[in-house]
Amino acid sequence: MGPLIPQGIITGEWDFVIALLMGIFFGFILEASGFSSSRNITGVFYGYNFVVLRVFFTAVVVTMIGLLYFNYMGWINLDMLYILPTYLTPMIVGATVMGLGFVIGGFCPGTSYTGVAIGKLDAIVFTAGLFLGIFIFSESYPLIEGFYNSDAMGRITIGEFFGVSNEVVTFGFVLLALAAFWGTWLIEKRVRKTVTEYKFD
Amino acid sequence: MNTEIQSKNMPRYINPYFGGVLLGLLLLATFFITGRGLGASGAVKSAVVTTVDRVAHEHTEGSTFYSKFLTDNHSPMYSWMVFESLGIFLGGLISGILFGRLKKLRTEHSPKITSKTRLIAAGIGGILFGFGSQLGRGCSSGAALSGTAAFSFGGLIVMLFMFGTGYLVAYFFRKLWI
Repeated sequence: MGPLIPQGIITGEWDFVIALLMGIFFGFILEASGFSSSRNITGVFYGYNFVVLRVFFTAVVVTMIGLLYFNYMGWINLDMLYILPTYLTPMIVGATVMGLGFVIGGFCPGTSYTGVAIGKLDAIVFTAGLFLGIFIFSESYPLIEGFYNSDAMGRITIGEFFGVSNEVVTFGFVLLALAAFWGTWLIEKRVRKTVTEYKFD
Repeated sequence: MNTEIQSKNMPRYINPYFGGVLLGLLLLATFFITGRGLGASGAVKSAVVTTVDRVAHEHTEGSTFYSKFLTDNHSPMYSWMVFESLGIFLGGLISGILFGRLKKLRTEHSPKITSKTRLIAAGIGGILFGFGSQLGRGCSSGAALSGTAAFSFGGLIVMLFMFGTGYLVAYFFRKLWI
């Protein structure tokens, strides 16, 4: 039966109501988890707070298992899901630039909106930066259009790339997540003893 | 850090694994209803396209990039991502009010740097993130989280290289944070 909107079970008028609702839940979870604070977020890079990794990996694993379960029960048609297309080199370059922006800016777009919501001036400036960055990209698009569209691999899944099933990929992520939770818990305990300049805001 | 002081000052954040389960269930519900995941940078793109279109309509019509997002029917702001991002703001606001974190304008920064340094860094970081999100076909929400969770290879690539770069360069920017 799912996904509901692509199958026409829920009609287009509900689109934006659903968008707003999903966004409210998303923003609530991000803020309640502590992502409206840049120093909480960047803790993941310095070892004093791995909350980003915990939330992120748990969410990925829950969604993956859920999708497989829904597919098994016949509740969702996985073929109708939007699989983000892969443009290998542009995505590697884009993600590298984003990683740099992450460490320097301390937010990512979604988390910066929640920072704006509770009155963080640094989040407001970060969001303005996003606007400027996307504007610079848009204006330089004619120069980089070739690169932007290069290395297209289509809607390839992780399983298709490695020649394994979605189930194996999910199992791999579960193992990876458990190992990461355990390893970062040990690191965090040690680092928190030495980091003195950090106070939760 | 003194653990007693730390626990007294601890803000009331929810357990990260609980937050992760909630986020995972929300993402699953979003896929079940819409067939796509969550995102965040798309709304700013819509805002950029709308602004430039208002200021210089001929420029956007002639551009192969802007024209992709322009239709005669409605504004680029009339999109799923814009409404969803408005929701992110509202959801953050509700959580901030509930947990007592909604306060007057302030800048959070390491005691080693000034507010001004922090704001400059935030601006530069935002510019880089905005630019990168276009090449990456999405940010941490749209590509790294939603992409990977829907088994996209590109999503995994964005996740690995975003966090990988973060760890590689973190040392050079440590004064901003610790």
